[in-house]
Amino acid sequence: MSEPLLEVRDLSVDIVLSRGTIHAVDGVSFALEAGAAMGLVGESGCGKSMTLRGILGLLPRTGRITGGQVLFEGKDLVKGGQRGLREVRGGGISIIFQEPMTALNPVMRVGDQIAEGPRHHLGWSRSQSRARALELMRMVGIPDPERRMRAYPHELSGGLRQRVMIAIALSSEPKLILCDEPTTALDVTIQDQILKLLLGLRRDLGVAIVFVTHDLAVIAQTCETLAVMYAGRVVETGRVEQMFREPHHPYTLGLLRSVPDFDAVRDSLEAIPGMPPDLASTFSACRFAPRCQFAQDDCLAGEVDLHEIDGGRTVACLHDDACAAAASADPVIARV
Amino acid sequence: MATAAAPIATEPLVVERHRGFWQRWYRTPSFVAGLVIIGIMVTMAALAPVIAPYNPNHQDLTQLLQGPSSKHWLGTDNLGRDVWSRMLYAARVDLQVAFLAVCFPFIIGTVLGCISGFYGGWADVGVMRFVDVVVAFPFYVLIIAMVFVLGPGTRNIYIAITLVGWVSYARILRGEILVAKRQEYVLAARGAGFSDARIVMRHLLPNVITQAIVFAMSDIVLDLLAIVTLGYLGLGIQPPTADWGTMIADGEQFLTTHWQLSTFPGVAVVIVGLGLSLLGDGLADLLRPE
Repeated sequence: MSEPLLEVRDLSVDIVLSRGTIHAVDGVSFALEAGAAMGLVGESGCGKSMTLRGILGLLPRTGRITGGQVLFEGKDLVKGGQRGLREVRGGGISIIFQEPMTALNPVMRVGDQIAEGPRHHLGWSRSQSRARALELMRMVGIPDPERRMRAYPHELSGGLRQRVMIAIALSSEPKLILCDEPTTALDVTIQDQILKLLLGLRRDLGVAIVFVTHDLAVIAQTCETLAVMYAGRVVETGRVEQMFREPHHPYTLGLLRSVPDFDAVRDSLEAIPGMPPDLASTFSACRFAPRCQFAQDDCLAGEVDLHEIDGGRTVACLHDDACAAAASADPVIARV
Repeated sequence: MATAAAPIATEPLVVERHRGFWQRWYRTPSFVAGLVIIGIMVTMAALAPVIAPYNPNHQDLTQLLQGPSSKHWLGTDNLGRDVWSRMLYAARVDLQVAFLAVCFPFIIGTVLGCISGFYGGWADVGVMRFVDVVVAFPFYVLIIAMVFVLGPGTRNIYIAITLVGWVSYARILRGEILVAKRQEYVLAARGAGFSDARIVMRHLLPNVITQAIVFAMSDIVLDLLAIVTLGYLGLGIQPPTADWGTMIADGEQFLTTHWQLSTFPGVAVVIVGLGLSLLGDGLADLLRPE
């Protein structure tokens, strides 16, 4: 394998709140090849968005990277400081947010917002940038772009706004796009269009994508590899189809079983019992153990780290074979 | 590059056609009323040399303290000068000084408010403590004290109003920026690698400047009153140049017998104040974000 485009090594992020310090991201590692698509899933508050923001140094005011490395094309963005980050933002890595209404400047015409990147980062002239904006709007499937360029964000529908966001993300020709729940705020038909668009762009432009989402169906449609996060840590990584067929971590299995499905009708949806732990606390046991059906006494002995299993996968579970066996006995793949 | 997506057909293409400033201003009554009043005042001031029947400083000692007549529409003062002509010329001075005096504090307050709100920390503490000190003094006391120290004259009026007036703009901008900078589009702009200066100028300022503009309209009224007050106290525009404040002060001693000398300049001040207030109200309506 060649050098990965993005490699996150042991990234930790703390956020200071009035009630204490939250270890939102706690030693997360993953890698991504150029042109690849990776999913990052987990329930709300598990640190997946903060991981994404940590990569670009866009943490909230009280947030801080407390350890680890983010290597983009071999350069450490954590050590590079603001200068290094600004070089890579927009040009090398761009980001798409969940809510396209709030992520677009309400008083700027969308054409200007798309043209700003090329003009500023690539040093293009005004007319060149405008032409580029027009081309991008056409590329992301915005009809009648000549007229829409002059529109303000509130004049566009949700789907069009997200297309504008994508056009902005593409405008400086990045090698990697970070998508923070890009389709969550959209209804399903539009969601499907946006995903197809992102896939098409990935195929045509060779841009790598990281999808942060809690929607496994989105992952199934778009990604080759997947990292599952729980309580600030990665608990399982691997190729999507393997992980869906035979999840080795009980949390992954729980996530898969809680997806509703029309093909294989079941009596009821299986929810994961319990609540995720408070990330302000310190852990001396497997973080998932209190909610885990496979948990045994040794799970409480200490934190469980990722270890490699067959097929280049990693999992952070002491009883992953039991979990895999349970998954084979009652397959979940048909459901996604 | 290849086309990646087919155009979409299932979505409504435009949710709502926003009616812009130019489609709405003439349907905002207070804005139109204010515009008309101020328009008339400014036009008359600008055309003073054409409209005024007499030289404002010409003394006709045979015509002292005349009442309104066809020859002198608003009568004459104690030196035989035509009050109507003097009022027109006074409008030139007072309006010009008031409009200009608002510009400097607007710019300085906006810049300092942006820095303070955007960066926070020590910059914020520094600027805001300065603001507290200025705000602790009553507006007029500070202005009058400063002009008294610096000496009367237009230039010193500008300096005094700027030194006192910037705090309001700094406060407004700081508050607005504090709210706006938490918006996701600011995060997105940072994510796109733009510099702080660019984010403030291109992304934040257009979103927050409205409040400052609306305030500036009422601030002109305040400045006009300050200039008139200074004139009344003899610290403002110096005689023989006509100014509404000095005219009110000069007429005061004849108030029981010749009420028109003080009343007409006073009415002029009220009308300009009313016009600017209406204009400010209308602007606030028009520029209010959706």
